[in-house]
Amino acid sequence: MNQFAELLDRLAFEPSRLGKLRLMSDFFRRTPDPERGYALAALTGALSFQHAKAGLIRGLITYRVDPVLFELSYDFVGDLSETVALLWPAPAENSSMGNDAPLLLSDVVRGLSATGKLDLARNLAGWLDSLDETGRWALLKLITGALRIGVSARLAKTALAELGGKTPNEIEEVWHGLAPPYLDLFAWLEGREARPDSSDPAPFCPAMLAHAIETKDFDELPPSGFSAEWKWDGIRVQAASGLAANGRRVTRLFSRTGEDVSGAFPDLTDCMAALPFENFSLDGELLILRERKVQPFSVLQQRLNRKTTSAKLLADFPAHVRAYDLMRHDGEDLRALPFAERRGRLESFVAHASCERLDLSPLVSFVSWAELAEARKNPAAFGAGADAEAIEGLMLKRRDSIYVPGRPKGLWYKWKRDPFTVDAVLMYAQRGHGKRSSYYSDFTFGVWRDEEEGARLVPVGKAYFGFTDAELRELDRYVRNNTANRFGPVREIIHGESQGLVLEIAFEGLNRSSRHKSGVAMRFPRIARIRWDKPAREADRIENLQALLKETGLGGSPAG
Amino acid sequence: MSSAHFLSLSPAGVYCAAGDFFIDPLRPVARALITHGHSDHARAGHGHVLATRETLAIMAIRLGQGFAGRIQAIDYGDKLRLGSIDVSFHPAGHVIGSAQIRMADGKTIVVASGDYKREADPTCAGFEPITCDVFITEATFGLPVFRHSRTADEIARLLASQQLFPDRAHLVGAYALGKAQRVIALLRGAGYDRPIYLHGAMEKLCAFYERQGVELGDLLPVAANDRAKLAGEIVICPPGALQDLWSRKFPDPVAAFASGWMRVRARARQRGVELPLVISDHADWDGLTQTIVETRCEKVLVTHGEADALVHWARGRGLAAEPLHLLGYGDEEADSVPAESEA
Ligand SMILES: [Zn+2]
Ligand SMILES: [Zn+2]
Repeated sequence: MNQFAELLDRLAFEPSRLGKLRLMSDFFRRTPDPERGYALAALTGALSFQHAKAGLIRGLITYRVDPVLFELSYDFVGDLSETVALLWPAPAENSSMGNDAPLLLSDVVRGLSATGKLDLARNLAGWLDSLDETGRWALLKLITGALRIGVSARLAKTALAELGGKTPNEIEEVWHGLAPPYLDLFAWLEGREARPDSSDPAPFCPAMLAHAIETKDFDELPPSGFSAEWKWDGIRVQAASGLAANGRRVTRLFSRTGEDVSGAFPDLTDCMAALPFENFSLDGELLILRERKVQPFSVLQQRLNRKTTSAKLLADFPAHVRAYDLMRHDGEDLRALPFAERRGRLESFVAHASCERLDLSPLVSFVSWAELAEARKNPAAFGAGADAEAIEGLMLKRRDSIYVPGRPKGLWYKWKRDPFTVDAVLMYAQRGHGKRSSYYSDFTFGVWRDEEEGARLVPVGKAYFGFTDAELRELDRYVRNNTANRFGPVREIIHGESQGLVLEIAFEGLNRSSRHKSGVAMRFPRIARIRWDKPAREADRIENLQALLKETGLGGSPAG
Repeated sequence: MSSAHFLSLSPAGVYCAAGDFFIDPLRPVARALITHGHSDHARAGHGHVLATRETLAIMAIRLGQGFAGRIQAIDYGDKLRLGSIDVSFHPAGHVIGSAQIRMADGKTIVVASGDYKREADPTCAGFEPITCDVFITEATFGLPVFRHSRTADEIARLLASQQLFPDRAHLVGAYALGKAQRVIALLRGAGYDRPIYLHGAMEKLCAFYERQGVELGDLLPVAANDRAKLAGEIVICPPGALQDLWSRKFPDPVAAFASGWMRVRARARQRGVELPLVISDHADWDGLTQTIVETRCEKVLVTHGEADALVHWARGRGLAAEPLHLLGYGDEEADSVPAESEA
């Protein structure tokens, strides 16, 4: 457990991708089986056990530390595992702990899969007693299922590939047939055994991703060489299906990174399993459709936030796939074909499927970049109709592009629509979580509204990103030095006609909202600029936002 | 501040009418008692400044000779009468010359701690607990997650990293007053006798410490050397320089930062620190609570920092306790201002 904790600790502080790869491949090289296999499983999210709930951990710590001191500490540190790791009282020096064999990651993994809820609390307390701060932090991160250390499953597999002189895609190809602690995989990588057999009937094809286009790119790209389609605001998924050796049909739904998400979308997975094709891999966007209309991301989010998939949830939030691409069909690998040809295959696939949960991502026709720019500004008028509010821009795909895993240069581009902006005044601040924890980084901002006693600021949203690290420290200091009132963890910041800090807020759209006092709710607001120079009285007014609602209709399409 | 009746709060900071003086005032006043030389406590432009000899010297180095109308040096333990108040200065263990200020009017004894720590520090006199009725304390690290009593381990981690990566320069971010000299002295104490390289912002204060008899060993200015050739060396620089262009000329630099804030991961990651070193010149949670107990005070006033937890703890022990929420202090460690400006 100590070596694993040390690895996580160093990964968490290592900024560079190369450095992370080196740390991981070093670890895999010098750590024996099965410890390294369980570590790999932890890094790739392949361990399955009942995650410990935050409540259980809070219970353990408030039994040992004054609850008020715990809450204040948690508010400052912003991360439950880290707070508890720092606060956990060290067991008395002369306790028996020192004599025991050190705790192994495999002990923890086995313990977790064997214990019931009641035992978990007792086991966990014992484990925490036997570890140092770093060990406690790593253990708590692991068992709460929140190992966010800036390492994707893909990166871990890349490190593994380096170990055996393989490519990450070779690992990817055998991956789904394997299970922790991956003894056969390491044996293959170290040349001791043959490649593990993994004739996975429904494999994941590593996804092809796009670069953001820059204005200067247009001069060099011929419009006739490209196809355009809408960029839908859902979740990029891959549906894969095939026949196992026993003749049984296997169908899976993967996220963009290869995570199996079938369990969260049984409705969609069942539909894919019922398609009249035995063998395919399909790339698309998962969306919620109601009466054939695509719902905005906020609706999809309501389904994602549920822990269990009840019949009611499935009925209220029916999941669909809007197809982008076809990589595999009837035993044929289509990835080496040009996009235009794959598109033809995809069109006939979708037509043949005639499934109400599967449709085609329509192409946007255009002859010049200027015409496409018009479409980007107003998708509703360019064929998207009522679905316009679920569109976050355009995708440009070279018609001759083969399907390349990863983010190859020069083939696919995304052209997001411009955000709206508003100048608002900082009103309240709270400490944040994750990378921003321990700093004041969650900001509530408002715009002016005329009331009987004169103009007042009314809150219109909250933002907690968009700023640089240096700006975060400046904002944190500003908050600490300009606090008017404290309400528990919330600080009211001095604001008024003659005092206050103006923030330029960028956002993707506006919805009417009865829950907010202002009557509007912003989508995806973030701080675009800090206007140290702008007096608070010159910030925007609520009428500016209301006009935007009228102009664009509910939900809003881009103003350009 | 009712029961510390001879003190009151004003926009310039803590004021004593009976003695007509301010403590560490934030804006120019007629008479100022200064606890120590950090720039959030020691500001220019006061009429009359009373402080320890070392603090006055540091203020002259940083603010220029004419930083006050008149200066008056006080040694630790000397008694002085200002108006109807007896005043004396006592070691605070924070940085060289740092002092707690004891004030008494014949009925009540009040001690203002300034910034302080309880851990041993080879570069300054150790903290002495003073019995009092009212203790005015800082609480920069006033949460039980802050425990930084394992400074020796942190120095060992720095030296281990330096051995592990002999091809990389180790840049240690440290505040120019106090922290830089303490890190150097701790390295010397751990047996590290190679030259240590100094960013320009460190040179004057290191020279001052040496003149006060603090031995720092062989120190070389970075400016006189080719940065690209400092692989395997330890370089002390202001925290703000870690992300500067300046740092990129070193061979594959390891960014280390010596600060109590390094206890919290987000603080280290946020600054791009790869080697966080938990070394603080402020009292940690145990230091704060131990000190309150040792002063045998009946009332605790918390000037700045994480006041809420400390106030809660003190009230739980039956003491009267209030947060003062003074603004303008605490940035000597928490700030992001690069290079010269502060410590
Ligand atoms: Zn200080
Ligand atoms: Zn201070």
